[in-house]
Amino acid sequence: MLRSYLPVLVFTGIGALVGSAFALLNGIVGRKSIRARGAKTEPYECGLPSEVSRTFRFGVSFYMIAMLFILFDIEVVFLYPVGVIMNAADSVFVLVEVGVFVALLLVALIYVWRRGALDWR
Amino acid sequence: MITPVAEVGYAEATWILIAKSIVIFLGVFLIVPVLTVVERKLIGRFQHRYGPNRVGPVGMMQPLADILKLVGKQVFRPDAAVPLLYAIGPALVIFSGITTIAILPFGDVKDGVGFYGIDVSIGVLYFFAFGSLAFYGLLLSGWSSGSKYSFLGAMRSAAQLISYEVSMGLALLGAVMMAGSLSLVSIVEAQGEIWYVVPQFVGFLIFMIAGFAETNRAPFDLPEADAELVQGYQTEYGGSRFASFLLAEYLEMFVVSGIAAAFFLGGWMGPGPGWLDPIWMVTKIMALIFVFIWIRATLPRLRYDQLMSLGWKVLLPLATLNILVTAVLVVVT
Repeated sequence: MLRSYLPVLVFTGIGALVGSAFALLNGIVGRKSIRARGAKTEPYECGLPSEVSRTFRFGVSFYMIAMLFILFDIEVVFLYPVGVIMNAADSVFVLVEVGVFVALLLVALIYVWRRGALDWR
Repeated sequence: MITPVAEVGYAEATWILIAKSIVIFLGVFLIVPVLTVVERKLIGRFQHRYGPNRVGPVGMMQPLADILKLVGKQVFRPDAAVPLLYAIGPALVIFSGITTIAILPFGDVKDGVGFYGIDVSIGVLYFFAFGSLAFYGLLLSGWSSGSKYSFLGAMRSAAQLISYEVSMGLALLGAVMMAGSLSLVSIVEAQGEIWYVVPQFVGFLIFMIAGFAETNRAPFDLPEADAELVQGYQTEYGGSRFASFLLAEYLEMFVVSGIAAAFFLGGWMGPGPGWLDPIWMVTKIMALIFVFIWIRATLPRLRYDQLMSLGWKVLLPLATLNILVTAVLVVVT
């Protein structure tokens, strides 16, 4: 029944309300008299002049992890429906299919591992 | 062939649905400030000091004082920050924490009222979907702060969250296979004979370890490792926006403990009459949160490459083997 999803709407409403309340509360209740300027408006740095631009570069390791995540999370996504019917189906055929599927992904994991993609650099 | 034990998708009258969501939200929302002070007192006791004991009786008014102080702060944003995203980041993190409460079951259907936010056929997938939204919040706030430390912290938490998300999903799959349902209420009711912590002990361990990493708690608090990154993605935040990260952390801890209690510790089940059910559930959640705090007081922080290899090289193969073994056992028996 679609109506049993109604609490989701209530919870998302409350979540948005509380979230924006916390984001805005400071501006309504907090101190306003002092204007921030000079060194106060610079991002945190250990005494060095801050050299920040909005075009950060970040390491390729993050991309690697993101790609592996997509690969293995899809494995989980595919396994969930099979997992739900596993007990009810009670068939060796389903079991063997799951086994083959997982074995293929384990081979992929071993390959990635051997190539050193899992080592953080 | 097993028959479904619970009627998934049961819906009460509209006003009851709305009222019970608000009651559940308020209940959890009022527990969170208590958790903050309990954690600080426990950590204090672990370290042979008192912890907060000045504000109110035995320091229990401390969260109120903290909130009042944080709300009274000046609004501040560094020049390099992107204003809109800088404001949206923390709000998203709270949003994700609050919406995931809906899935926690505090009891089954009694007198026509289900003691849970939602009990639908997608079940635990709802938790993964809304829980992952926090990831956007962290990344946005880290990136839009325009600070090196924030950005590094955000990238770290991004890589950490997605690495442990996989093991977390696989750890729950074992219990899903045994219960034959994704609905948390059905899973709890399927544990009438034996709690899944016994047959699924490996899954329970993996889920808890991944849970520590997902909530950015010690020993996996790398994104906010004070010694290297100041405060990670929260570095440039202050006032009520800083408080929202704190609030979200405790909400997430509560939800992860709740999921673990429902999947592995028999949820609301316990001796006594039916009206004790929600109390049993909250007791189990509290026990798991105590474990979170205990671990924080016990273990030192990991190095980042150790964290990544633990996630990919230990937990992921272990979780995969666990579901293979579970699948064989489920079909054979």
